[in-house]
Amino acid sequence: MPVPEWLRIRRSSPIAAEDAAQWTKCPKCSEMIYRPDLAANLWVCPKCNHHFRMHAFDRISLLVDSDFTEIGGDLLPGDPLGWTDKVPYPQKLERDREKSKLTEGVVCGFASIGGFPVALGVMDFNFRGGTMGTVVGERIALLFEAARERRVPVVIFTASGGARMEEGMLALMQMAKTTLAVRRFHDEGGYYVCVLTDPTTGGVSASFAFQADVIVSEARAAIGFAGRRVIEQTIRQKLPDNFQTAEFLLEKGAIDMVVERRDLKPALLRLLDYGSGAKPSANGRVASAANRSESPA
Amino acid sequence: MNVIVEREKGLLELEQRIAELKAQAAQQPVDMSGVIAQLEQKYAEIQREIFGTMTPWQRVNMARHPKRPIGSEYIAALDQFDELHGDRHFRDDHAIVGGFAKLRGRRVVAIAQDKGRDTKEKVYRNFGMPSPEGYRKVNRLVRLAAHLRLPVVTFIDTSGADPGIGSEERAQGEAIAQSLYELADARTPVVATIIGEGGSGGALALALADRVLMLEHSVYSVASPEGAAAILWGDAARAEEAASRLRLTSDDLLAFGIIDEIVTEPIGGAHRDPGGTIARVLDAVVSALDVLEHVPADELLQRRYAKFRRIGAPA
Repeated sequence: MPVPEWLRIRRSSPIAAEDAAQWTKCPKCSEMIYRPDLAANLWVCPKCNHHFRMHAFDRISLLVDSDFTEIGGDLLPGDPLGWTDKVPYPQKLERDREKSKLTEGVVCGFASIGGFPVALGVMDFNFRGGTMGTVVGERIALLFEAARERRVPVVIFTASGGARMEEGMLALMQMAKTTLAVRRFHDEGGYYVCVLTDPTTGGVSASFAFQADVIVSEARAAIGFAGRRVIEQTIRQKLPDNFQTAEFLLEKGAIDMVVERRDLKPALLRLLDYGSGAKPSANGRVASAANRSESPA
Repeated sequence: MNVIVEREKGLLELEQRIAELKAQAAQQPVDMSGVIAQLEQKYAEIQREIFGTMTPWQRVNMARHPKRPIGSEYIAALDQFDELHGDRHFRDDHAIVGGFAKLRGRRVVAIAQDKGRDTKEKVYRNFGMPSPEGYRKVNRLVRLAAHLRLPVVTFIDTSGADPGIGSEERAQGEAIAQSLYELADARTPVVATIIGEGGSGGALALALADRVLMLEHSVYSVASPEGAAAILWGDAARAEEAASRLRLTSDDLLAFGIIDEIVTEPIGGAHRDPGGTIARVLDAVVSALDVLEHVPADELLQRRYAKFRRIGAPA
């Protein structure tokens, strides 16, 4: 199986050499943490247990066995609206590419996790706040379509501020596109696990994130539809601290489980194991045909 | 303040004067037809000037015009309607009205977002902002429609899904996601019409359809201009600027292939002829159903998939 360059580098030296700042301050408890220590601790603050937002490459590197074949990586964002606000959209994209070393807000591909072959999608908040534009939508749809052909489960890690403003309605329509891809995959018996990470909001929460068979959330992640500020402005009062957290959603019955990052991989392996009986078929609508008033021939 | 309401004030005064003169002319022997004709010409000129070409921001205001026909008026224009209430879980959301209906003699399931007309109604309808139970009602009605092989007809007019505490507690995101999920595979024709404001995911949740129509001066947007301005510049007051960039007008969206058809409005906007506008929308819906009803369900779903799969895909 091919191993991309970045994965090899991530594996051999977890901290990028060009990283000038070797110390990071925990945004929660202000502890100064030596970055190699932070990386070794899965990007969790050793003092207060704060979960740092993870780079997609780090997430994949920690998760997969050895292989990762990226798909849709050659799809790059254009500027369909000719958008400018403070700066032109292409300039924002360039800046985020530099900063994050990513080509878009999601990395998709095939890998195995603990021996389970999976189609894996990992979103990254460092690229345009993980917002879903045409390329994110397209890559996610491709992932589900490819997973359907290969008959493997899909695992997606979400991190997103919602639909990408700079691509207007073309961005919003990716909610419809990804939904159709999830539905087709699922109707043919596919198994889909979604891991919500900090933050998952807006159009991503209102489409493929909340369409999974099992919805896991990383501990203390912010999850919601409307932005916190929007709600506060609407109701003109401060919201409680735990509002729109993973724990809040668990309490309200909206997600299946909340997991600390150090327990995430074992939990995922158990979930993949439970789902290993799923028998997706690319021809029949196995999963739900029985419930329908009309089953196709 | 609504910029269209402001701009049409002078026009309405002129209209009133013409009407008064005409009434006078009918009672007096003096020939006033010259004056009247002159005023009418002037009226037409101003009308063309105001409404001939409208900026995106003016379209936003037209879509929000206080007299614009609202969802319940489309429902009322159907031959017959039997409302089906509630999501069977929590409560009946009044921002969404749905049920069995007859449209030009055809049995359908009709679903409309309704903003309400006067203040009391607006509060009752939560200003047309659906809560999760509203989307769960949609979900249920779409399933019912597919079960009975009735086409689904939706009328969309919302500034967005309700952003309140209760809506978050009951998982607004999940509710919209499931509404989309249900429409993605409903084995029956679905025709959606944007009749006013198509506000983000809260509108799209009723618009994953085989044919998407849009009233000429409606808008359909990834975020409200105010919301987008707040996100982009940290200043909701720059809404007009945001509106001009978001490409939210019917012509823009037709060019992008996001909508399939524009239903024209009378000059001055839908509220100048509510009955006629509603009738034209219903005509367009019926024409769409005429075509879709002959498509076998499997092919219908294939086409629906392909239709949305194309949007924003690399050429």
